Amino acid sequence: MSAAPQASAEPLLRVEALRTWFPIHAGLLQRVVGWVRAVDGVDLAVPAGGTLALVGESGCGKTTVGHSILRLVEPQEGAVVFDGVDLMSLSPAAMRAYRQQIQVVFQDPMASLDPRMRVRDIVAEGMQSFGIGTGTADRTRRVGELFERVQLDPDQIWRYPHEFSGGQRQRIGIARALAVEPRLVICDEAVSALDVSIQAQILNLLRDLQRELGLAYLFITHDLGVVRYLADEVAVMYLGQIVERGETEAVFQRPAHPYTRGLLAAVPSVDPERRSPPPQVLGDVPSPADPPPGCRFHTRCPEVFARCRAEAPPLFRVSEGAARCFLADPEAGSPQGRAGP
Amino acid sequence: MEPHVISNVVVVLVLLAGFGIAAFVRRNRMWNDALRELWRRRPVAIVVVAIYAGVALLDSAAWMGGVESGEDVVAAHEAKSVLDRLFLGTQEKSYSAPFADAEFYGGADLAHPGSHPFGTDILGRDVLYLTLKGARVALLIGGLTSLIAIPLALLLGVSAGYFGGRLDDAVFFLISTLASIPGLLLLIALIMVMGQSTFSVCIALGVTSWVGLSRVTRGETLKLRELDYVKAARALGVSQLRILVRHILPNLMHLVIITFVLMFSGLVLSEAILSWLGIGVDGSWGQMIDQARDELTRSPIIWWNILASGTALFGLLLAVNFVGDALRDILDPRTLRDQP
Repeated sequence: MSAAPQASAEPLLRVEALRTWFPIHAGLLQRVVGWVRAVDGVDLAVPAGGTLALVGESGCGKTTVGHSILRLVEPQEGAVVFDGVDLMSLSPAAMRAYRQQIQVVFQDPMASLDPRMRVRDIVAEGMQSFGIGTGTADRTRRVGELFERVQLDPDQIWRYPHEFSGGQRQRIGIARALAVEPRLVICDEAVSALDVSIQAQILNLLRDLQRELGLAYLFITHDLGVVRYLADEVAVMYLGQIVERGETEAVFQRPAHPYTRGLLAAVPSVDPERRSPPPQVLGDVPSPADPPPGCRFHTRCPEVFARCRAEAPPLFRVSEGAARCFLADPEAGSPQGRAGP
Repeated sequence: MEPHVISNVVVVLVLLAGFGIAAFVRRNRMWNDALRELWRRRPVAIVVVAIYAGVALLDSAAWMGGVESGEDVVAAHEAKSVLDRLFLGTQEKSYSAPFADAEFYGGADLAHPGSHPFGTDILGRDVLYLTLKGARVALLIGGLTSLIAIPLALLLGVSAGYFGGRLDDAVFFLISTLASIPGLLLLIALIMVMGQSTFSVCIALGVTSWVGLSRVTRGETLKLRELDYVKAARALGVSQLRILVRHILPNLMHLVIITFVLMFSGLVLSEAILSWLGIGVDGSWGQMIDQARDELTRSPIIWWNILASGTALFGLLLAVNFVGDALRDILDPRTLRDQP
């Protein structure tokens, strides 16, 4: 069903057939009347020291993928294999040891730092939790070093979060994640809430940190510019499923899925010669509680034909990746039997 | 243990707690700023509350001896507070009007003419003295009840909000059930069952007043639980208990303080209502007001008793409410000045 994994060594993180559904309760007895299929069979792989970008519209389930990997929400099914160990099979106590190796940077730098704590305590919290550092003074020294690493003034570690700007707070959030020396950092829309100029600074910082510390990133975003700048590989998500994945440049140059093409066409250009064409993907994402039959994208696809409405396409291999679209089916050859749009 | 010894221990504890809180506030910039702002906005109300508290403390520190055995031999062997000692030898025989030289009915000469700014009551006790003594009762009711109600409300509200599921259902069922029983009815029933004492009145008030705060803390915890910094703490492997203590509770504290201050005045008022029904606490302003019912039907009427106790009650409640409203403005996150 899915494309063969990369021929190279075992990736640091491999997500297989991840399914995270949220129950919908209703009525007097709060019976389950349906499921929100936030994540519905997702496969991902993040190589050690590499960056995978997970791209999609709001509500496509990309944040839930991140939360499921961290087990902040419990998935129904699937495997999250980190460094050869399936995290889903671990007890909460056993999971704790792996939490040190997978950290997260959140989108909103206002909500991700406890307003009642000094930033020193915020950054040191993980060290305390995992017993890193020999004591209070040592941890304080480490917090100072982390502040230098994320290009903040180490003299400011005793301040409160509200005394920092948005970009500075995001650096504090990164310092908190780095404090426990993780191998994988999940960046959940980590730059989306920032000004463009600050975004660039944070992205550069993340890239430098990756080079220095050998971090792997799972970069969850809706911003394709960020993807191209940072990611080695990209996975495009739509309604809880991966619709296309591949090496970043290949996907940007030769998108195989109509949804990816629509996303790329929607990126505004600064070049007046390349004015944005009219949008190709119209309307809103259908409810993940009631996904359309057949191909989930057929309700909005500009290239829809009869088969799409009846049959759900698997992930077909394309040159450097995979796409969940009958048009990419190598055995079908040229798309025959296509109905008009 | 003698009651006055317990009372003295409480005074020491209250003072120690006061110093502890002051030390904490001095080190914590956020609370320091909040209290400075409060002082800037409501200096008079704070001074008024402080005066009430000071009077209550004066009436709480008590010891034996040092009293000349006068006409009342029994009284000479009771522990006397600082306040009692200040008003020693002001006893008259019956009613006298403020600053009067003679008794109100009959016109017999007073033992201490012109020395009773609020007159004397039916037993000849100085009304100013009784009114000041009421401050201790009022603060005791408000304080002790809050000590019972707030931990209960926090424990149930926060754990229901944080852990959810069956626990949440159970707590919410309890809250809804309690909220659907008329408060006064439940109060009277509880006091009837437990017997009438200061402590049982406080327990009864505590049982009926935790519901509001519990609801508020449950809702706020539901919100905080989903915030990114709580998720970050979970991703960092921080234990549930530690998350509750370090992240949830500190971010609820402003609500607890606002609710405490506003609840406080409600509790003092509730006691006055209970006294009116004859099941209040001895020596409270409510009891003085209750006694004044008969005095108001006399001719000529005795008006100074209800005026003094009513004014004292009104003054405390007004000041506390002023402080509470200002605190709400200052501490409410939606109006926090330091939010960009």
